[in-house]
Amino acid sequence: MVARERDFTVPTVQLLTPEGQLRPSAEAEPYLHLVEALDDATLEQFYRDMVTSRRLDVAGANLQRQGQLALWVPSHGQEAAQVGSARASRPQDHLFPSYREHIVGIIRGLDPVAILSLLRGATLGGWDPAQNGNFHLYTLVLASQTLHATGYAMGIQFDGASGTGDPETDAAVLVYYGDGSTSQGDASEALVFAASYRTPEVFFVQNNQWAISVPVSRQSPSPLALRGTGFGMPSVQIDGNDVLASYAVTRQSLEEARAGEGPSFIEAVTYRMGAHTTADDPTKYRTQDEVDLWTTRDPITRYRAWLEGRGASAAFFDDVDAEAQDFAADVRRRALELPSPTRETIFEHVYHEPHPLMAEQYAWLDRFERSLDGSDA
Amino acid sequence: MSLAGDAIRRLDEPGTAEAQHQEVSVTNHSTAEASARPAQQDAEPAVRGVQTLSMAKAITAGLREALRADEKVLLMGEDIGPLGGVFRVTEGLQAEFGDRRVLDTPLAESGIVGTAIGLAMRGYRPVIEIQFDGFIFPAFDQITTQLSRINLRHGGAMPMPIVIRVPYGGHIGSIEHHQESPEAYFAHTPGLRVVSPSNPHDAYWMIQEAIASNDPVLYFEPKSRYWPKGPVDLDHAGIPLHESRIVRQGTDVTVVGHGAMVATLLQAADIAAGEGTSLEVVDLRSLSPIDYGPLLESVHRTGRLVVAQEAYGNVSVGSEIAATVAERAFYSLEAPVLRVSGFDTPFPPAALETEYLPSPDRVLEAVDRALAF
Repeated sequence: MVARERDFTVPTVQLLTPEGQLRPSAEAEPYLHLVEALDDATLEQFYRDMVTSRRLDVAGANLQRQGQLALWVPSHGQEAAQVGSARASRPQDHLFPSYREHIVGIIRGLDPVAILSLLRGATLGGWDPAQNGNFHLYTLVLASQTLHATGYAMGIQFDGASGTGDPETDAAVLVYYGDGSTSQGDASEALVFAASYRTPEVFFVQNNQWAISVPVSRQSPSPLALRGTGFGMPSVQIDGNDVLASYAVTRQSLEEARAGEGPSFIEAVTYRMGAHTTADDPTKYRTQDEVDLWTTRDPITRYRAWLEGRGASAAFFDDVDAEAQDFAADVRRRALELPSPTRETIFEHVYHEPHPLMAEQYAWLDRFERSLDGSDA
Repeated sequence: MSLAGDAIRRLDEPGTAEAQHQEVSVTNHSTAEASARPAQQDAEPAVRGVQTLSMAKAITAGLREALRADEKVLLMGEDIGPLGGVFRVTEGLQAEFGDRRVLDTPLAESGIVGTAIGLAMRGYRPVIEIQFDGFIFPAFDQITTQLSRINLRHGGAMPMPIVIRVPYGGHIGSIEHHQESPEAYFAHTPGLRVVSPSNPHDAYWMIQEAIASNDPVLYFEPKSRYWPKGPVDLDHAGIPLHESRIVRQGTDVTVVGHGAMVATLLQAADIAAGEGTSLEVVDLRSLSPIDYGPLLESVHRTGRLVVAQEAYGNVSVGSEIAATVAERAFYSLEAPVLRVSGFDTPFPPAALETEYLPSPDRVLEAVDRALAF
């Protein structure tokens, strides 16, 4: 009897070592040219984006602690995965986030105050994707958005808006989810539909090791990168704390998707340095040793070391810090000025077309509330 | 004991299927003629007349009209392509419109609804076929947490013109999960619209109106009524999608139902007439929103109401109607609103379905109780 293979390890694409040296792994070699083609301004923008994200995390957590947000969802530790992949997208692409990709939205042109209005309890949505870089709404039921993204990609394909060979107009879809979400049925069904219809789409899984308090080992004994392979699409595991790997592999995958070569799957191995949300206490389920280990792999520290090695000036880093500080302060100020929603928004847009119950119940509530505060007099 | 296959095969019986086919062909023919003529603003619209169709074929014809009218309309479902669906409702449509308009999807209901949402975000108008009532639940999450709320989350900027067709209800002698009536789950969910035709004419028009709606519509097709034929006026729709209708006038007791139950109520009314009791029959047509106008008007006259449905009675559409009528017609009521429904058990093995499902006699028993007050 032949022993069955139980070794499920996969190679990892890494360009930057944790120490900040550009030393591509064997698997990364084919992607190196994509990084070499980047100019200094773009490389500096990656850094600026990552620092902005981390500074926004501080502002968001503070606002929550001060009672100004119901919840903050931190990205600390995942900046490279998010920035690299988002910077690989083109304006015509559509991005479907889960709920932790704040910097992805900002890169696509979204005002983060819109995200804060959602987390503040002022709206169930927050923005119109069509007006905000095709950055779709956060989806809180895990993996639901993987199917929406796949359907959208089917529509792009049916419209002949991909695969024409024109990189300026061919579009693709980039969908984000996490290691916990890979266990959801919808995530598997999305891979089935994407593979079946050969959608122009990239599945980008941020494996941050923890689904609230449950480790990724409970979701899967094998690398998540193998999930895509099993469904019939190219799958790559990357060092998710390496912004260059994230950029290069996503860029290559999106180009293939736009060119009509079908969907692909990326597992970005990263780490959630903070809590799942501000409602969580990670010291109850994971060790400080683990956190310390991942601190040595920090995405910003390593990228900064590399930029410094290439000759970036101290003034550049100081400027970025100051800009991020100003950005976060401005977001905070405007978040505090957000108006409270009015009672008619409970009923508005539940239906697109007129609905008798909405009109009736709003009229009743308005009358009732006015009778309490005397404004009906 | 007959299973689903027997019921389905009825469509293929010599004579029946052929006759239906010819009737639909007539529709094709006249439509083709109409479109062949140059469009002129002052031209009289082509009169297509009244045809006799089964509900299944009326829905086919309605789907064909919708596919022709708007290239963004897509059909999605399991086995709806070359096979034409297990009830043959989409028969011939993939051959006519191609596999980019009529999609045989992977076998995954949540996947079908979830990808339809993405397609609707892209501007498509997907029409989904769920194969059987009991198989809608894998998609329940996408329907209730996503589809129903996308327009709201986007502040009206992203309407969801999706229709979910659901063959539902008993009387076909089939196995578990093939005879259920899950409409209350969806009528309970804000953001969804829920309708159910009771006859071929309504089925033909209501499917087109549902597809034209910019809200998601659950379109429940009473599968025991797929085969009986009735007149379909191809030129005149009649009342709007969400209005109910008095289908038989009477003076003593109002009885209301939807889908297949309307035929049962009409049978009950015939029997009652023979016994000297006059029933007024209301066809609800829309379960969300519910049009209470004709119902209340009727109850104001009769003072008595019996609500009938195949679905479980507990926390059901019938419960809602009973509560609302009690609130709004309290001083007109001579008796409490009574409910006739499926029992609060899973749909039983088919050998027992005639005892489980409300029959004309069960309706008349409730009518007698209402009259006894």
